[in-house]
Amino acid sequence: MKCCGGNNSVLKVQFKDDDIDLTALDATLEKYKSTKGSLITILQKAQEIYGYLPLSVLNYVAQNTGVKPAKVYGVATFYTQFRLEPVGENLIMLCQGTACHVNGAKGIEEAITEELNIKDGQTTEDNLFTLNNVACLGCCSLSPVMMINGETYGHLTPKKTVEILRNLKKNDLDTKEA
Amino acid sequence: MKIIVGYGSCGIAAGANKVFDALELGIEEQKLKADLQIAGCNGMCYLEPIVDVIDNDGNKQTYVKVTPERINEILNDVKDTDLKITEEELLERSNQFRIVTEKCGTINPEDINEYIEIGGYKAIEKCIAEMTQEEVIEEMKISGLRGRGGAGFPTWFKWNAALQSKATPKYMVCNADEGDPGAFMDRSVLEGDPHNLIEGMMIGAYAIGAEEGIVYVRAEYPLAIIRLQNAIEQARQKGLLGKNLFNSNFSFDLRIKAGAGAFVCGEETALIASLEGERGMPRLKPPFPAQKGYWDQPTNINNVETFANIPWIILNGGNKYSELGTEKSKGSKVFALTGKVKNGGLVEVPMGMPIKDIIFGLGGGILEDKEFKAVQMGGPSGGCIPSDLIETTVDYESLAKTGAIMGSGGMVVMDETTCMVDMARFFLDFTRNESCGKCIHCRIGTKRMLEILTRITEGDGKDGDIELLEDLAVQIKDGSLCGLGQTAPNPVLSTIRYFREEYERHIYDKKCPSKQCASLLTYEITDNCIGCGVCKRKCPVEAISGEKKTIHILDQATCIKCGKCYDACKFDAITVD
Ligand SMILES: Cc1cc2nc3c(=O)[nH]c(=O)nc-3n(C[C@H](O)[C@H](O)[C@H](O)COP(=O)(O)O)c2cc1C
Ligand code: FES
Repeated sequence: MKCCGGNNSVLKVQFKDDDIDLTALDATLEKYKSTKGSLITILQKAQEIYGYLPLSVLNYVAQNTGVKPAKVYGVATFYTQFRLEPVGENLIMLCQGTACHVNGAKGIEEAITEELNIKDGQTTEDNLFTLNNVACLGCCSLSPVMMINGETYGHLTPKKTVEILRNLKKNDLDTKEA
Repeated sequence: MKIIVGYGSCGIAAGANKVFDALELGIEEQKLKADLQIAGCNGMCYLEPIVDVIDNDGNKQTYVKVTPERINEILNDVKDTDLKITEEELLERSNQFRIVTEKCGTINPEDINEYIEIGGYKAIEKCIAEMTQEEVIEEMKISGLRGRGGAGFPTWFKWNAALQSKATPKYMVCNADEGDPGAFMDRSVLEGDPHNLIEGMMIGAYAIGAEEGIVYVRAEYPLAIIRLQNAIEQARQKGLLGKNLFNSNFSFDLRIKAGAGAFVCGEETALIASLEGERGMPRLKPPFPAQKGYWDQPTNINNVETFANIPWIILNGGNKYSELGTEKSKGSKVFALTGKVKNGGLVEVPMGMPIKDIIFGLGGGILEDKEFKAVQMGGPSGGCIPSDLIETTVDYESLAKTGAIMGSGGMVVMDETTCMVDMARFFLDFTRNESCGKCIHCRIGTKRMLEILTRITEGDGKDGDIELLEDLAVQIKDGSLCGLGQTAPNPVLSTIRYFREEYERHIYDKKCPSKQCASLLTYEITDNCIGCGVCKRKCPVEAISGEKKTIHILDQATCIKCGKCYDACKFDAITVD
């Protein structure tokens, strides 16, 4: 995820395609390009590799599969899983499903926004956190719920949320120092 | 001794992984003879993390809300620990009939042998050995099983249509997109009993003559995908998936396709488009998938829960299944109870049970004993059922009469603090976001409805808004191609039908009776104020002034109605209206 020039603050949200090693995708393309209908699977694998889908990757997929670039772009923008911009080191997936909404997801979102100064879809200046609203993580009985880097946190309150974020930040700093 | 930790996504989120690690360590340290295992979610999510201990005589003791610090109370069999599940809790949960979730939470989903030991894969064996394709379909007809994905279409009818289609190859697809936000029964089956789904799909494939199956799982369920993948591989190794199964000429194999996050892909023609690597946009039916589906070949699509009923029906007979339920809605149904309910989790009950028994019996009633207001069923396509209709029974017909639908079985309970206009706005925001954009009415109509609802919740509602919403609703329903648009206005119509007065209060009095719509609230400081100054410090816009130990003053013009002062006051000196 750090392949996208994260240290260059001016270019942070733009595509910085020179740094991207397109050959990392070759094995995936080799495996799937002759199976028809695998465009979504290829894009999913690409996102696993690069953390997001840079334009150059979309073009590379188009070139190698014979699918028109417009269609690749169309599919990449249709599905919410695909991101065209890099994300921070910690991806916060905040549930906005019905159960979480009823149990106060709005307050959790406000707490995150206040603590990190980011809104849905944005990344913090220090590139530590990205906030993404999602619909239902399937843990509705623990609502409100968020998932950060694959770990689910339930029964959130604004206070608990802020504590979780500060802990993550602290751990992050600690590991960097060490 | 066998120790089983409930290890579904919900359990893990509640801390089951830490409990598991602590138990593992404890067993090793104390050199105990115990077999530590995992299982899926048994439905009692509100009591998680849950640990079951089965002694050598087969007696089971359930421990609930376990923490890693307290595992010794389990390992050392402390007699009077409050971790033990109470008789009341057990009694509360007993009023169920479990077919789909029978094995969720009891068997290890990562070990095919446990499934086989209790009769797994016997149903498909029976079909192959003793039944023709037509006889399997006839059994489905007798059972009365209807699709659990939302529409409630008779399963036998779809299978028969696919069987009658002569083109080959045919495909058997499982819809595990579980799009209704607030529902998680499919996840629970995938994580807790994946072989049951595989066996159900095999039976369906046998009946229609398909050799290839695909499970379309939503991307937000990573654990479900791992467990199902593991189950498929184990079944292959055992020769239960592959060529010439049970020494017959029936062959079947299965693969997973992970979705990429689009609600509309739950609709079957959109799902097929997505399987083909396209944008998930629905198309006109006919031709139905049974005639022209995946790559234009005959394709049958069923929901996870539908499939999970099938092995039971084959083994116990369609007649036995149809004894459960009402005249037109047979069998059992799993519901995901969430929202303002005490016992949030999954319940499986016979069709025809009154909603009241589910929410106040199995569900234990409303959180903090507040007043029950309504229950939302059917998610973004459904509606709400208000408190005076709480005796309504859960079957397709009775629910439809109320304007709600069975849907996939999400039941989001709401209390007096839930604003119904805000709920309608919430759902419209969802459908507007998820509309694929193909039909103008769905794409623009939902946006216009959302704008009106937002306006109402922000205090800018106008005379005639309710009528405008009703008019738009009819047009969107008529002008949309697929179920998404056709049902998108339902949450609005249903809340207007039962809570019109609440809409009117927002529009004409600029008040939100449930005190949820921030723009419509007024905060005031009363004589109870002792002048402690906490509210003053908490206020982000310095709207509160006053000397220490004197009653503070709130400047309404500056107030942004964030409610921070209200939450902070320990003396109930701030009112909200
Ligand atoms: C917008 C929309 C979303 C849907 N989402 C789902 C879903 O998430 N899961 C599901 O099983 N069915 C969903 N359906 C219903 C399916 O189109 C289809 O009817 C169902 O999968 C058939 O299976 P069944 O007969 O076993 O119910 C959805 C329908 C629409 C119109
Ligand atoms: S609604 Fe948030 S996890 Fe389901």
